[in-house]
Amino acid sequence: MSNTVTNVVIAGLGGQGVLKASDILASAAFRTGLNVKKSEIHGMSQRGGSVASDVRFGDEVLSPMVPRGEADFMVVLATDQVEVNRGLLRESGVLICPDQIDENAVSNRRSLNVAMLGVLSNHLEIDLPIWLGAIKANLPEKAHDTNIEAFKAGRNATRDAR
Amino acid sequence: MVTDETNPAERLLLSGNEAVAKASLDAGVALGTGYPGTPSTEILEDFSRIGGQAQWAPNEKVAMEVALGASFTGARTLVTMKHVGLNVAADPLFTAAHTGVTGAMVIVTADDPGMASSQNEQDNRRYAQAAGVPMFEPSDSQDAYDFTLRAIELSERFRTPVLLRVTTRICHSKTVVIPARTVSAPQKPEFNRDIKSRVMIPAYARPAHRRLREKLTQITDWNERSDLNHTIKGNDDLGIIATGISYTHAREAAPEASFLKMGLTWPLPIKTIENFVQSVARCVVVEEGDPILAESLRAAGLAVESKPEPYRFSELNVSRVRRILSGDTSDDPPAPRGKPPALCKGCPHRVSFEILKRLNCIVAGDIGCYTLGVLPPFEAMDTCICMGASIGVGLGLRHVLPDEEARRVVSVIGDGTFVHSGITGLVEMVYNPPRTGHVVLILDNGTTAMTGLQEHPGTGRKLDHQPTNRIVFENLAKSLGIERVEVLDPIKDAEKFERILTESLKSEELCVIIARRPCLLAAKKIREYEQQFAEADIHE
Repeated sequence: MSNTVTNVVIAGLGGQGVLKASDILASAAFRTGLNVKKSEIHGMSQRGGSVASDVRFGDEVLSPMVPRGEADFMVVLATDQVEVNRGLLRESGVLICPDQIDENAVSNRRSLNVAMLGVLSNHLEIDLPIWLGAIKANLPEKAHDTNIEAFKAGRNATRDAR
Repeated sequence: MVTDETNPAERLLLSGNEAVAKASLDAGVALGTGYPGTPSTEILEDFSRIGGQAQWAPNEKVAMEVALGASFTGARTLVTMKHVGLNVAADPLFTAAHTGVTGAMVIVTADDPGMASSQNEQDNRRYAQAAGVPMFEPSDSQDAYDFTLRAIELSERFRTPVLLRVTTRICHSKTVVIPARTVSAPQKPEFNRDIKSRVMIPAYARPAHRRLREKLTQITDWNERSDLNHTIKGNDDLGIIATGISYTHAREAAPEASFLKMGLTWPLPIKTIENFVQSVARCVVVEEGDPILAESLRAAGLAVESKPEPYRFSELNVSRVRRILSGDTSDDPPAPRGKPPALCKGCPHRVSFEILKRLNCIVAGDIGCYTLGVLPPFEAMDTCICMGASIGVGLGLRHVLPDEEARRVVSVIGDGTFVHSGITGLVEMVYNPPRTGHVVLILDNGTTAMTGLQEHPGTGRKLDHQPTNRIVFENLAKSLGIERVEVLDPIKDAEKFERILTESLKSEELCVIIARRPCLLAAKKIREYEQQFAEADIHE
């Protein structure tokens, strides 16, 4: 079986929107028609502890959990959670963390999770309208504008660097 | 819930919990009952959100009894709980297996291997065997949807309660669901007297037990012929028998192997399994938790390999299954050491634990956010066993400790937990008062916080946050004859709180102190609900 699965881990702390970000990513991948699995542990984690969520998509996805050392992309929302999770990333994997974007480009810090998805979007073959649809489907209407702005800020911040 | 806009009816991205809720709605389940508990909580919330009738019971035992009553009329019912909840509901479960049901009764037990959010790692597959009820084990959300419908069919066909055993990874993982399956329409509820089936006096229970065993034999035969257990032909060198989430890990770990994927895992279709075992050179059972399936198959004389002992503990994953298959029993690589959870900044529980620590109390604790009072900087909890145990354990300590130590004992319990299993503890305190009296501290933050802010009988709101009758703890305590009942705000009245607790400990009386202040995360929502009702009242 050839490896056609893309593995993404999103990590951070309770309250940072890790699970919301993984919902948006899973939703976007799902809208491209791919098979998608998304996994996480919640419960105690919502009391400010470490949170990580796995999103896998491709033609056929089996386990919902990204095996250790096999993440293609790791999006970390809290800088102090990078080292904790580094072992999940494959050797050639891409690490995406907040210091890659200009803090001032994201006007609302609560949308940092979505801004980081904007950075990730430059690495994935998912069209912009699909991303925007996924953002709208997963957030209340009053939060659409700020989050779309944050997504575009993340997407543009790293576009040139690529 | 996410829909595919190109074909919204056909393809969904659902969590296992959402899939169970949707299947229940699609099958016309008339009533969903349960008690919140990670990872099962979202099933009833989602069932209610999409239009089902769902309600929280004070505890799992009551939830199951309410569902059983409804099932006796022919109505379809769903009961949800976490694994330890089934211990509480075990009493009605075992006898409901004897009485049987008329309308379907699907009982979701959500196990938590690895204990992401639980106090023990019990494997509830044992309940299926112990009570004598069939059990389904879905491997993803598609299975969760399909098996909920299949469980409803099986429950009505054989007139038995059915267990749907899920785990944290099934409940909280989202996978693609195509809701293609349908079931017959539910019956209209009506009462038909059937005393010999439903009144379990010994004279009627003896034949009921025989009927139960006959039923299980029939279900075994049915399971042998069913498509719920299917074979995926790979090479003949390695065969893997897998259930639940372990199936997905194993398929990824050994894509070349032959598989027997089991869906209805109790009662076991031994002939089907035997045929599979004989078709491969080496046969390994890959299961999370206790080696229950492997032990049952070995007891039936089948030559299957079980996992080594270290894999009894915690969740399985692809890497661990690879190691099981290669016989690797070396230690697992250390898991990432993340930041542990903590009581929120500004949480009213913080004040309570600061005071308990300062007064050097012996704290019999309980289950909820406040269990985090055991961690630094508080370290102010000495026991935590199960829902409601704080009161019984505190009383036990009081009864036998020397008086000077007994006077330091406090039972600390949250509002939701108090309703669940603390009330009988309070009755025990009144009935068998310790020589030194006792102090019960109810940390009332107005919600079931740990599981995600669910309502309970003490909040005065139902599952859907609509108003209902409210159980007032201070009135309840006074009605039991407890004279010292104090209500205070742990933050506003912090000094008074410390003074009252000090006095209560010295008093040698029975005391209930209610530290009432809403959870920080819930306060805004509670205000909104209250405002809505106030507005609704004006318009009426």
